[in-house]
Amino acid sequence: MIGIEWQAVALTAQLAGVTTAILLLLATPLAWWLAHSTRPWAGWVEALVALPLVLPPTVMGFYLLLWFAPDGGLGALWLEVTGQPLNFSFAGLVVASVIYSLPFATQPLQAAFAGVGPGILEAGATLGASPSDRFLRLVLPLSRRGYITAAVLTFAHTLGEFGVVLMIGGNIPGETRVVSVALYEAVETLDYGSAHRLAAVLLGFSFTVLLLVYGLNRRLSFRLGPGV
Amino acid sequence: MAAIKLDLAMTLGDFSLELSEQLQIDGVLGVVGSNGAGKTSLLRLLAGLDQPRRGRIDIGDHCWLDTEAGIVVPTHKRRVGMVFQDARLFPHLNVTENLDFAAQRAGGSAPAWGEVVQTLGLETLLQRRPTGLSGGEQQRVALARALMSAPQLLLLDEPLSAADRGYRDELLPYLRRVIRRFQIPTVYVAHTLDELAQLADQLLVLRDGRRAAVGPIAHILARLDLPEVSGRDEVGSVIDAVVRDHDPAYLLTQLAFGDQTVSMTGLIGQPGDRLRLRLYATDIALATEKPEAISIRNILSASVQAIRVDPGSPSADVLLTSGGYAVRARVTRASLDELGLVEGQSVFALLKAVSLASD
Repeated sequence: MIGIEWQAVALTAQLAGVTTAILLLLATPLAWWLAHSTRPWAGWVEALVALPLVLPPTVMGFYLLLWFAPDGGLGALWLEVTGQPLNFSFAGLVVASVIYSLPFATQPLQAAFAGVGPGILEAGATLGASPSDRFLRLVLPLSRRGYITAAVLTFAHTLGEFGVVLMIGGNIPGETRVVSVALYEAVETLDYGSAHRLAAVLLGFSFTVLLLVYGLNRRLSFRLGPGV
Repeated sequence: MAAIKLDLAMTLGDFSLELSEQLQIDGVLGVVGSNGAGKTSLLRLLAGLDQPRRGRIDIGDHCWLDTEAGIVVPTHKRRVGMVFQDARLFPHLNVTENLDFAAQRAGGSAPAWGEVVQTLGLETLLQRRPTGLSGGEQQRVALARALMSAPQLLLLDEPLSAADRGYRDELLPYLRRVIRRFQIPTVYVAHTLDELAQLADQLLVLRDGRRAAVGPIAHILARLDLPEVSGRDEVGSVIDAVVRDHDPAYLLTQLAFGDQTVSMTGLIGQPGDRLRLRLYATDIALATEKPEAISIRNILSASVQAIRVDPGSPSADVLLTSGGYAVRARVTRASLDELGLVEGQSVFALLKAVSLASD
C-alpha cells in the first residue's frame, strides 16, 4: 500500500503497547496502596497521580523536557547508565507516556480493588490464604474488568498523545515520529491525502480494539453475573 | 475438645471489650448478648481479623496471640473456619471451586469431599455460581467451605440472621448435622435463644463487652437475673431426657429425666436415646395441689427455687427444680399472689407443651 506511513503506525502501536504493559505492572501496587492506605498523605499521592488529567500536555511536556535533558535529573542518570540522551528518543517517549497516562491505569484499578471489598478477603484469610495468595486468586480475577478498562484507556490515551510527544520527542522517523505527529505534519504541508489515510488507519484501529475489548468484557460479565 | 484461654482488651471508639476466660469448648459454645455487647468482636478477635490493644489467646498448646511477647499469628495460619452473616462466597468461582479453594489450603487434612457435600445437601448445586443461589443455599455452601478448610475451631457469626429470614428453618437442620457429624469445637454467636437452645452445650452471656455469665446452657437459661435470657418471649429451659418406652396404642413416647417422666405425642427415637427437650416458660402452669380430671398429661412435681417479680410487668418468673433440672415458669403476678407461692414450696408444674429442641 503506497502512501501510508506504516513506520509511524508501527511505532505508535509499539509505544502504546509498551506503555500499557509497563503501566499495568506499575499501577497495580500503586492502586492497591491508594485503595487501602489510611495515611493522611495518601491524598497527596492521589492528587499527584491525577495531575496529568487536568494539566495541559504542553505544560507536562515542558517540565519533562527539562527533567529529561542531559543536565536534568532523570536525563543525566539515563545518559550515565545507557550512554544515550533521553530526550528525542523512543525510551524518552515511553517514560513520558508512562507518566502522562498514569491516572488512566491507576484510577480504574483503584476502583476495582476497592470494589473487591474487605469481606471477601477476610473470608479468604480464614480459609488459609496468605496475603499474596488472596491477591492472586481473589483480587486479580475479581478486578478483571478494572484491568481491561485500565488497559484500554492507557492504550487509547497513548495513541492520541500529541503535545507531550512534540515537546520531548520531536519528529524523528522510526524513533519518535508517531501517527499524531505525522498527521499534523501532513496537514501543515497541505498533504491532505496522507492525512486522510493516517487518520483513517488510526480511527479504524482504535475502533476495532475497543470493539474487541468491550465485546470480551460483555461476555465475561455475563458469565460472572452482575456486580462482578 | 478445645481449651481456649482468653485474655483480651480492646477499645474501638467508645466500645470496649474486656474478657478473661478459660473455656473448655466441648461441642458448641453459644454467645448471646444485646447488640453491641461484643459478640461479633469476640469472633473477629479469635479469627485474627481484628487485633486487640492488649491480649492473649491460647488454643490448646498453640498461642495465637500474645501482645506482650509480640506474637500475632495471622488469620490464614490460625486454622479457624468462620461463617459470616453474609455468606461471602467468591463470586468468580462456582460452588465446587469455592470448596476447592478451602480444601487446597487445608494441607491434606480436609475432610472427605463427599461427606461434606452430602451433609449440606450440595449435590445439585456444585456447578452453580454464588449469584444464582438463594440466601439459604449460599449459607450452606459457606458452611461447607469452612469445613473443607479443616478448622480447629469453627466460628459462626449469626449464620441464620441474614436479611432473608425465610431460610432459618431450612438451615437449622443442616447446622445440627454439621455439628454432630464433624464434632468441631464451635463458637456460635446468635441473635435468638431458640437456635442456641437447640445447638449449644454452653452459653456465654456478654454485656457491654464484659462477661455477664458463662456455663452449661441449662444453668444459664434457668437464671432469673439475666435480662439477655429472661427478657425474651422464647424464654424457657432445656432438659436432656432419655426415651424410656413407646406406647404404640396411643402413639405416645415416654421420656424420663431424674425421677420425672413426661410423655410426648408420636413415637420418637428408640428407648435409651438422649433427646433435648425445650420447655417454654409460658407453656407451664403451676398448681399447689395435684389437679385431678385434667387433660394435661405432663405434670411434674417440683419445688420453687426462686421467684422474680418485676412490678412493671404483669408476669413473674418462677424458677423450679424438678428431676434435677432447672425449669422456668412464667405466670401472672396475680396468680403468684393468689397461690401464695414462696421459695422452697412444693408445687406441680403443668406442661401445656413439650417440644424437642433437637431431633
